[in-house]
Amino acid sequence: MMADKFVGTPKKATTHVNQNEDLIFEKSSAGKKGYRLAQLDVPAVDASSLLGDAVRTDGLGVMPELSEIEIIRHFTRLSTWNYAIDLGMYPLGSCTMKYNPRINEAVARLEGLAEAHPYQPESLSQGALGMMKLLSDCLIEITGMDAITLQPAAGAQGEFTGILCVRAYHEARNNARRKIIIPDSAHGTNPATAAMCGYEVANLKSNALGMVDLAELERMVDEDVAALMLTNPSTIGVFESDIHKIAEILHAKGALLYMDGANMNALVGKTRPGDFGVDVMHLNLHKTFSTPHGGGGPGSGPVACKKILEPFLPAPVVKTNADGSLGLEYNRPQSIGRVKAWYGNVGMFIRALAYILANGPDGLRQTTEDAVLNANYLRARLDGTFELPFKSPSLHEVVFSDRLQAKNGVKTGDMGKRLIDYGFHAYTVSFPMVVHGAMMIEPTESESREELDLLVDALQQIAREAEENPELVQTAPHTTRIQRLDETTAARKPVLRWKPPVAPAR
Amino acid sequence: MRYLPKSPADREAMLAEIGVPSIESLFETIPAEYRLTEDLKIPRQHSESEILERFRAFGSNLASGDAQELAAQPAGKMFASFLGAGAYRHYRPVIIDSLVQRGEFLTSYTPYQPEISQGTLQAMFEFQTMICELTGMEIANASMYDGSTGAAESVLMACRATGRQGAVVARSVHPEYREVLATVTRHQEIPITEFGYVAETGRVDLAALDASITDETACVLIQSPNFFGTIEDVATIAQMAHKRGALLIVSIAEAVSLGVIKPPVEADIVSLEAQSFGVAVGFGGPYCGVIACKEKFLRQMPGRLVGETKDMNGKRGFVLTLSTREQHIRREKATSNICTNQALVALMVTIFLTVYGKQGLRELAEQNLAKADYLRKALLDAGAATKFDGTPRFHEFVLTTKEPAAAVNAKLLEKQIVGGLALKKWYPELGENATLWCATELTTKAQIDAAAAVLANVREQEFVGAK
Repeated sequence: MMADKFVGTPKKATTHVNQNEDLIFEKSSAGKKGYRLAQLDVPAVDASSLLGDAVRTDGLGVMPELSEIEIIRHFTRLSTWNYAIDLGMYPLGSCTMKYNPRINEAVARLEGLAEAHPYQPESLSQGALGMMKLLSDCLIEITGMDAITLQPAAGAQGEFTGILCVRAYHEARNNARRKIIIPDSAHGTNPATAAMCGYEVANLKSNALGMVDLAELERMVDEDVAALMLTNPSTIGVFESDIHKIAEILHAKGALLYMDGANMNALVGKTRPGDFGVDVMHLNLHKTFSTPHGGGGPGSGPVACKKILEPFLPAPVVKTNADGSLGLEYNRPQSIGRVKAWYGNVGMFIRALAYILANGPDGLRQTTEDAVLNANYLRARLDGTFELPFKSPSLHEVVFSDRLQAKNGVKTGDMGKRLIDYGFHAYTVSFPMVVHGAMMIEPTESESREELDLLVDALQQIAREAEENPELVQTAPHTTRIQRLDETTAARKPVLRWKPPVAPAR
Repeated sequence: MRYLPKSPADREAMLAEIGVPSIESLFETIPAEYRLTEDLKIPRQHSESEILERFRAFGSNLASGDAQELAAQPAGKMFASFLGAGAYRHYRPVIIDSLVQRGEFLTSYTPYQPEISQGTLQAMFEFQTMICELTGMEIANASMYDGSTGAAESVLMACRATGRQGAVVARSVHPEYREVLATVTRHQEIPITEFGYVAETGRVDLAALDASITDETACVLIQSPNFFGTIEDVATIAQMAHKRGALLIVSIAEAVSLGVIKPPVEADIVSLEAQSFGVAVGFGGPYCGVIACKEKFLRQMPGRLVGETKDMNGKRGFVLTLSTREQHIRREKATSNICTNQALVALMVTIFLTVYGKQGLRELAEQNLAKADYLRKALLDAGAATKFDGTPRFHEFVLTTKEPAAAVNAKLLEKQIVGGLALKKWYPELGENATLWCATELTTKAQIDAAAAVLANVREQEFVGAK
């Protein structure tokens, strides 16, 4: 195939090692070292005599052996195969892929915080606790709630914590109730969470505008309903203007309003869930408060609530002692218990607080305004190129559908892949499920007008391609190191780890 | 605001393009009575230098985070620490931080678009492979939140795999892990039965275990090395569980132990806390849990999995796979509600394991053994007693002092030493004089000798007092 003599510039990725970095195990050679331990200042011991039968004898199998420069190159090469916010825009709806400030990283690595042991005496933990207290106070003010726990490790665990608090609240009134109402537009974590808390999921169909159908909600809410889990603004990026009526319908029957805070980037500094009737909510520090996604985590999912739910929050909580010092309160008899060891993903608290301080009240408000401005700008410029299934005014994200392109056989997933060829990450594909062929776009505040215009140009061009050359879009991406991957075989015959070749090639 | 890439003119032009007179028009769907008209009551906008100063103050143990107070304070004191108990201080090679701070790793999203996420995906595949090698299991996921939630998810997984409801849990599993398990299982009709340890050895009480397992038991959960640092007889416990059709879950809180201790190959599921592999103790998080298991339980595994496959041209590549187990597809029928994992921390672990590698992990673990052995002997010489002697342990042990833990630790603290963790809160039967001590490769002989000297002094004073 490659018999022709090479001339000119290669169009395709080369076979150079930069483009085809092997697995670390394939690069390993026996006897290489990337470490040196400090000289042992106590007598060495014989592991076998100390441990007896418990000593490890397998020589640690295929664990790699490489020098430091090889390790640096391996992971640096791998990094170049990733798209990232630092390289360009992620118009991923519902994910709030905003800039991750570098000062956050710097302060999270300060020794006094990074080296603090979770069991060290409280007298040595005043700074760490003070940091947690200030973040808690800020988040309580931002959400308009009364109390908070920082313990949950991510949004889904925040949901779990919040719904457990709801359950504990009802149990304290001698009836846990049976159902949680969840709109059909909700994130998948919502129903999964309700099930983990022992609740049945009652599915609430959205109305023609994609919003909560008040009449339907009123019909569904009875004394068996523990709570409604609502994302506001909804997953189509629209504020539930009837939010106070929704809260009233629930409260009239003793049910509570849980708000999924995934879309809080549309609200910070402009309105507060605590003011519009929400009883309990979680925040995603890795969305709204700029902590890095890191390829899928770590996150952090604090849960804020009204006074009525405070007794049920996980233990411990930060308290102020009589002498003004800070401490941890474990004695919480009505608490739902612990959802995670220690106090939560503290490293993420530091970053989120640094972000809040960098912004201040004016910066947070401007951030929200810019996020909403950006989404509406994209909506104005792309309406018509793509179908806009719901005309309700958008806040921080906009959902189009692929209906105009699907008639040529081009689906939302194809156009998302094609966007990669234009230097962008795909938007959110096929979610929310209430929109067939959804194309969900959330630019965040971090994009300049110039960058947004580039996205508009790319999407308009892709729409033209869908008319003129559908196959080009259907087979995208074309410019990446690898092409579309065979996900079916990956799932049917899973290969989840590397194994050494049976007969090593010599 | 310095993070916002817009000029006032940009904003005006964009509003004109949208066709609205002001930014407020875009917020009209929020009822007027709920729209904020005042600033949030949070600290004012800070410069980068002011942020740094504030966190330096927090880092210097000032609850106020006040930079002026920091300037007035004498230079910070360094403390030696003998704390472990699920959060371990090990050396973290600097290349971990320089690599994970590359924006391509730090600021990338979950790899749902594999064509532009091969860096994260290949590293996760390497992570899964290394975890399999270390734990002796056949498959591993791409990480869980931490060891506590991983252990709880393992129990749920065992219930799904066996079709049984009920777990038998050793009291020598980390107390906070057991608290998380209680919270997670409470509303899923999974009864938890706890069983004790042998007072002399600190190991699982096999008779009590045998009596606790019933035909409804989905799994037995133990920790090894257990919370007291003692290594369990995994093979015997596995036999007992398997005889009754239950699975064995082994929780490992100190991953470095795997460098020198036999992996729990007899287990069905291993829940590992990998914090020790290059992750700062960081006041308790973020850490890196991971579940590894026998391949036959694959479909019950929670969390993300990376699999190898090929692209359209036959080139090797990696994808997130088997997502039909997960919440975004299965909703309320998912194996777990978990969505976010600990990808960046798992990458740190992968780099750590590559740096130490096959030889270094053994050498590192042996240094830990040596330091703990020296610490134990030094404290014995200082007049304290160790519990559970005669059973193999890694780098932690339970110490009984002549005075209550609080008094001993107060005296140690005066010398800038953080002593062992008082155990009475969770194990009242051990009394108020019992503490859990840990030494790692970072613990120095000088620190150990200093701690021993304080303990010896405590004893002398008590002796004088008795006269």
